[in-house]
Amino acid sequence: MTGGFVTNARVVAALGRRATRQTFRRPQLMAPILIFPTLLLAIQVGGAGRAVDLPQFPEVNGFLDFMIAGAMVQATMLAGNSGGIALALDIEMGFTDRLLAAPISRFAIVLGRLVGTAALGAVTAIWFLAIALIFGAHIEGGVGGALLIVLLVTLCAIAFGSIGAAIALRSGSASVVQGLFPLVFVILFLSTAFFPGNLLLEPARSVAEWNPLSFIVDGVRDLVISTFSGTQFAEGIAALALLGAAGLGMSAAAMRGRVRRGG
Amino acid sequence: MTLAADLATIRALMRRALNEILRVPGAAIPGVLAPTIFFLGLTAVFGNLTLLPGFTTESYQSFLIPVSLMQGAGFTGAATGVNLARDIEQGWFDRLVASPAPRPVLLAGLVASASFRSLIPAAMLLIVGFSLGAHWPGPGGLAIALLITMGMAIVAAAWGTTIALKFKTQSASPLMQAGMLLLILTTTAYAPLELLTGWLQEVARYNPVTQIVDAARQGFVGSVTWGETWPGLLALAGLAALLLALALRGMRRIAD
Repeated sequence: MTGGFVTNARVVAALGRRATRQTFRRPQLMAPILIFPTLLLAIQVGGAGRAVDLPQFPEVNGFLDFMIAGAMVQATMLAGNSGGIALALDIEMGFTDRLLAAPISRFAIVLGRLVGTAALGAVTAIWFLAIALIFGAHIEGGVGGALLIVLLVTLCAIAFGSIGAAIALRSGSASVVQGLFPLVFVILFLSTAFFPGNLLLEPARSVAEWNPLSFIVDGVRDLVISTFSGTQFAEGIAALALLGAAGLGMSAAAMRGRVRRGG
Repeated sequence: MTLAADLATIRALMRRALNEILRVPGAAIPGVLAPTIFFLGLTAVFGNLTLLPGFTTESYQSFLIPVSLMQGAGFTGAATGVNLARDIEQGWFDRLVASPAPRPVLLAGLVASASFRSLIPAAMLLIVGFSLGAHWPGPGGLAIALLITMGMAIVAAAWGTTIALKFKTQSASPLMQAGMLLLILTTTAYAPLELLTGWLQEVARYNPVTQIVDAARQGFVGSVTWGETWPGLLALAGLAALLLALALRGMRRIAD
């Protein structure tokens, strides 16, 4: 590693502050992450709210209680995509090249970006918890459950941010990362983000059973619709660890490739 | 300028839009694929809503396909707005405005190209929909659905043009896309009006696009009637007139 731990921690903090400011200063970056999933949540709750009357639907206070976890995770996926676009823009503008020439760890560049994405993840969790409470949802896990939701959603943003970073480093093109936007919805539709697994139609039902996103959403949802369950939480954390490890591994490989190719 | 010259200008603008698809197919792929992805995803997720008492059809594919056609038209129209914003940023539109072509003719070229382009995602969607079991609406039902799709693309292109002329930047593209998506989804998109809940039921009742979606849907979920068709066509004409007037106002102001 280039530079000492303290130096690299300072670099991560500085790049993290930059990434956070970049996101929060530009409403056009925030809007698709928070506003779009919120509108979709409102429309889906109004449009498919009667689904709770279906015989096999799980016991919930209302459809909003069920849907809020999916909206949170959807927002973190969009945050990850947005973080990837920002990193790709840094590459296109030559900012990343200047960082690569500096005596700092290359991984600090990625971690700095992920700090910004993590902050956005925490804001996302708080935003949707507030919406849930304002519009009458119950957080059955209580205050402790709400804190665990913030933790899970923040980790989720980091995991998807690392995948976004890997794609940005591999392609070096903001439009390529932007073009993956529809893929976010493919992954969401093939999970339990919007509907219970047992009520999905095939082949979505079979895919959702093994989709890591289903475990993450169910981990968050469990804290909303019932009291804390160690198993659901552990499965969610394990799925996040798997995605995060894959994302960071791909980021490291993409960074090595970029350096080898000369930026 | 004569009518022939006006038509030649419209044709040239439409040809330019077509060239964009042929020369940069990658840029068109998301707009073509997105409605199909939403169609496949939403039918897999919400397909069992048809089990609810009061749902008007047993096939959610048939119920949803007209909404996806409208979404495709919405994406196509938004793409017209994004392309216009790019042309404004790069100075190409200034040269167009400086030409002797009247503003309504320039606007007609933009919206007409969007109208025909909307048939590309529509074709993709219909192929996928019918292969997955969506009901055949008959020649009349299909013609009405496609006519309405092309009309919605005009509405969406007029909206995209208005936003592009107002903000003059591609950064405004989320507003172009979200505006149309909101207009289309706050209707009977997911379920019949009686099964919607809360605020959405009230909004859908008064949203003119509900009439448009219902008119496009009729052949897929039942028989085609004039009584179900004319309210949709009237709503579409009204919406198009309003947004085209706004776009034209923006176009006249840009030279000031």
